[in-house]
Amino acid sequence: MEEHIALEVKDVGMKFRLSTEKVDSLKDYVIGRLKKQIQFQEFWALKDISFQLEKGDRLGILGLNGAGKSTLLKVIAGVLKPTEGTVHTRGKIAPLLELGAGFDKQYTGTENIYLYGAVLGYSKKFVQERFDEIVDFSGLRSFIDIPVKNYSSGMRSRLGFAIATQVDPDILILDEVLAVGDKDFHEKSEQKILEMMDRGATVLFVSHSMEQVERICNKAILLENGRIVASGSVSEVQRVYQTRK
Amino acid sequence: MKNEVVGFWKNFIKYQFLLRELVKKGIVLKYRRSYLGLFWTLLEPLCTMIVLTIVFGGFFGQGDRLYPVYILSGRLLYTFFNTATKGCMRSMRKNAGMMKKVYVPKYMYPLSSVLFQYVIFLISLSVLVLIGGILGVRPSIYLMQILIPLFLLLVLAFGTGMILATLAVFFRDLEYLWGIALMLIMYTSAIFYQPEKVINTGNGWVFKINPLYACIDMFRSAIFGEPLDLSMLKLAVISCVLTVGVGIYLFYKKEDQFILYL
Repeated sequence: MEEHIALEVKDVGMKFRLSTEKVDSLKDYVIGRLKKQIQFQEFWALKDISFQLEKGDRLGILGLNGAGKSTLLKVIAGVLKPTEGTVHTRGKIAPLLELGAGFDKQYTGTENIYLYGAVLGYSKKFVQERFDEIVDFSGLRSFIDIPVKNYSSGMRSRLGFAIATQVDPDILILDEVLAVGDKDFHEKSEQKILEMMDRGATVLFVSHSMEQVERICNKAILLENGRIVASGSVSEVQRVYQTRK
Repeated sequence: MKNEVVGFWKNFIKYQFLLRELVKKGIVLKYRRSYLGLFWTLLEPLCTMIVLTIVFGGFFGQGDRLYPVYILSGRLLYTFFNTATKGCMRSMRKNAGMMKKVYVPKYMYPLSSVLFQYVIFLISLSVLVLIGGILGVRPSIYLMQILIPLFLLLVLAFGTGMILATLAVFFRDLEYLWGIALMLIMYTSAIFYQPEKVINTGNGWVFKINPLYACIDMFRSAIFGEPLDLSMLKLAVISCVLTVGVGIYLFYKKEDQFILYL
């Protein structure tokens, strides 16, 4: 991969097996085998996806629900391993997907900062150094010692956002997270993301808001049934998107 | 291959903080809402020992003065093996939510649950030290050998746990089956009876195929000041290598599919 390329997705396909009858016990499996009844319906959530992003590119990913947008982000973030094809990335990735997915509800805010930091692959020292900044940014100073299960969902995503945005990423993966928390925090978080972009991060951005994509991205792709049906500049892709809706 | 190993190691170093956090989480949450806290770890085996001593020592007229130590040592090791393997098996489903959302090396889940149980186990060993002291077990030079079964037990539990963790993703009902298997393992591990009783009936072979018994036997030898039984050592080492080998291989082969089945 050449130096100026930040992300290369090559012939990526992701196949899910939807079993017609759910087989998840030994009993079902044995009976199914005996009757030769286990049938799987194959379903390609992504197929033949290829694109490259240069450093500093900001890609908007458009598509209707179920088009494969989130699956694509998960493949790039390394959560899912593609059935075929390869994904190469350069540098640190900050996936702002499902913020706070590593939280434990019994744990307090403080404990969760360490836990979630660890989940994101931070070192202990790093979390310690950034602890105050995380707490301040989340604005949860007075709630930080109570269990997260007592937090509202907005508070949870604020904390998640504050932890996940501590790194200076080379690749930033955003799944509609610009809309985190209340109005004040919303502005603050958008500010933070824009700062990261200004520092030259490559961005992958999924959104249903055409307006946001236009404002942020310089490239776009349109997914439909797991395939790329249009790619190029935002305005071109937008035109196709309008006709497909 | 070499690159893979280096990459694996780098990743392990990167996520070792997570490993520590997960182990800590297990311990903290286990005792958070109980008044006696970590004290339960000591109280539980103590109570079990008293019950078993009364039943088998009293009612069945077994054993001697050191019988409680005998029971306790077997019981502690078995309890660890039981909770650790079950914990591993459940760790995949328990962390399914997280697994689907963030990338974390997946072996962290079973590994952390084994280590968490191991820490609890090591703490609970202090009961044994206490009872041994009270009943006058004299430590000898052979006590040093205790490190061997302690280490092999951990490896055995991890290997078995990895196999179970992988299989449990695909077969939910494995939990019940393993519960039954554990019962069988318990009764063939000579926890509250002398192995001679079984050997005298001509069924001594059960001890030659039970690696957990091998660990318990070596553990007791160390406590009671006898040299290790080398055949037991051989059995334990072979079982460890086998279970860890198979466990890691299976897990590694199947881990990319876990998300699709959980």
